[in-house]
Amino acid sequence: MTIRKTLSTAIRALRRNVTRSALTVLGIVIGIAAVIAMMEIGKGSSGSIAKTIASMGANNLLIFPGTAATGGVSFGGGSSLTLTAEDCDAILRECSSIASAAPLVRARPQLIYQDKNWVPTFVYGSTPAYLTVRDWSQLADGDIFTDADVRNASRVCVVGQTLVRELFGGVNPVGKEIRVKNVAFTVVGVLSPKGANAFGMDQDDILLAPWTTIKYRVSGNSGSTTSTSNSSTSTSSANSADSTFPGAAAVFPAQSSTQAADAPMPVRFANVDQVIMSATSGDQIKSAIREVTSLLRERHRLQKGEPDDFSIRDMTESANALASTTNMMTNLLLAVALISLVVGGVGIMNIMLVSVTERTREIGLRMAVGARSRDILRQFLTEATLLCLIGGLLGLALGRGSALMVQKFLRWPIESSVEAIIASIVVSAVVGIVFGFYPAWKASRLDPIEALRYE
Amino acid sequence: MTDVLVKLKDIRRTFRMGEISVHVLRGISLEIERGAYIALTGSSGSGKTTLMNLLGCLDRPTSGEYWLDGLEVSRMSSDARAMIRNKKIGFVFQNFNLLPRTTALEQVMMPLAYTATGLSERNAKKRAVELLKMVGLGERMDHRPSQLSGGQQQRVAIARALINQPPILFADEPTGNLDSRTTAEILEMFDRLNRTEGITIILVTHDPTVAGHARRNIRLRDGMVESDTIREGPPPTLPSHGEPAPDPERQVA
Repeated sequence: MTIRKTLSTAIRALRRNVTRSALTVLGIVIGIAAVIAMMEIGKGSSGSIAKTIASMGANNLLIFPGTAATGGVSFGGGSSLTLTAEDCDAILRECSSIASAAPLVRARPQLIYQDKNWVPTFVYGSTPAYLTVRDWSQLADGDIFTDADVRNASRVCVVGQTLVRELFGGVNPVGKEIRVKNVAFTVVGVLSPKGANAFGMDQDDILLAPWTTIKYRVSGNSGSTTSTSNSSTSTSSANSADSTFPGAAAVFPAQSSTQAADAPMPVRFANVDQVIMSATSGDQIKSAIREVTSLLRERHRLQKGEPDDFSIRDMTESANALASTTNMMTNLLLAVALISLVVGGVGIMNIMLVSVTERTREIGLRMAVGARSRDILRQFLTEATLLCLIGGLLGLALGRGSALMVQKFLRWPIESSVEAIIASIVVSAVVGIVFGFYPAWKASRLDPIEALRYE
Repeated sequence: MTDVLVKLKDIRRTFRMGEISVHVLRGISLEIERGAYIALTGSSGSGKTTLMNLLGCLDRPTSGEYWLDGLEVSRMSSDARAMIRNKKIGFVFQNFNLLPRTTALEQVMMPLAYTATGLSERNAKKRAVELLKMVGLGERMDHRPSQLSGGQQQRVAIARALINQPPILFADEPTGNLDSRTTAEILEMFDRLNRTEGITIILVTHDPTVAGHARRNIRLRDGMVESDTIREGPPPTLPSHGEPAPDPERQVA
């Protein structure tokens, strides 16, 4: 019996009892619809959860300079001077799992505007990429400073919402001039509100300026307000290198003549306090750490066996929360899907068994006119599989439809998933074969003589 | 001597019912030549249905040889017998055994689904239409069993039995559910098929008037051939004894 004949026989048999076929299919329709809708809604929710957690910094990686030590005396974390803005550029250029990276220079100066003064929690020198890394690109007003500003160490800055309130009394500060340790800065933008971070620190209490400006115009002036890990002052540079002759000689690898010719820059301390990066996605964090480590070891010319002169930290806690949330969601959905499919499958088996009993005479007749038992088996199996496939397709449409309705009316995020669609079709076919097999086998074992006499 | 289509050699069939063995057929030997028209009669329990099932390759004898059209079928596998049934045997049943909610045309074409060397869809359809016209249902090809009378249903069943041009046609009480007028029609059709198409027909029946249409009457008793007579002269007119066959529930379109 050819496949085409089997199919047309099965279709004809199903069409003979449309109502029953439709009711049988209903179980699978609901099962698959539930799977698809759950998958789409679930994926949408877990996607938005992942995004929320990511905006809290789950994808972020921090590089801190390592420890410098002289004669067994360690100077604590961040005392090494080897991490530079060029490292940051190189990471962005060469590490494929890093989406963006920005160098960071910290300071804690006093700000003065007219008759008010304020010491913000964060005074960061960085590049425009900082906002990309922190998922903070949407500014409330004005613009972020440019890369050219960073090169020129321009005296421009963007400020957070708390500063607007405390220093400017709620007046739009764009275009105003503030003094940072007696250096006049023009405010070019206002950051959107970000709220407190995981430790309750006000993230809006921030002034962001080009790192070159902070480093050379603000921190460089006096060591009194720089943080301990900001090591650009002469005191800490003395720690790291030669104690007799404080200087940069040991810190920086000698430039080749070509390099010197290419970049005739005055030698100055170009180290940064940290580099903040974001991985392309949560599961790329491990490989990002690997890539960055090997790149920095190469750039810092560390020999094999020599310890890293930097340390990389990820937000393991948030990342784990993200992973476990997503996993739990997926498992929950899988369980629901499985149960509804099994229920649908049992329904199919039930109806097929009834159908075999009801059609005993037909089976006997088919055997009498020359159907082999394998033809009967194939026919009933085809019928069950066909029912499940039709159910799967209808369920697919219903599931997609209800997911779209949920999106439209409840405004829940949904995310269509090709895998779920393929899987549900395959699963419904498998359900048909698995649950259709027993009835089909039973039909094929009938004795034609008895089947023909069955009342 | 015409060539032999069916040859039975000491056929025995024993059913085991728990501890007891029931000997239903106890050594039957027969020869049926091509083109014969045979009535298989006997009281209930005489084994005629069992013999019919054996002849129709639905069952296998416990012992003995069965040659059908030159093939020993008693030792064949069930798949091989299914093929024999498909190609060489047509069945007509007392209760018609039509598929519910299926058009007459599809009923007739159904056995072709199990034929290995299938006709093309067009040729199959053409052949089914011809057969339906031959049995006088040319106008009712799209009718379902519920829209056909008993006699019409049986005629669909006959057309279905003939779709693969089998040399032999088995009819198990083919008129048992029909009234006397339709019985006469169906029997005439068997007569005609036997006469003009040369199809061997084996009727299993209780009814002596039906049996009277056959040219040879094999009578069974207790699993053995009691008598094997060949009728001379024309068939008796039907129904002669005024007692009508049990009236079936006639379903009218």
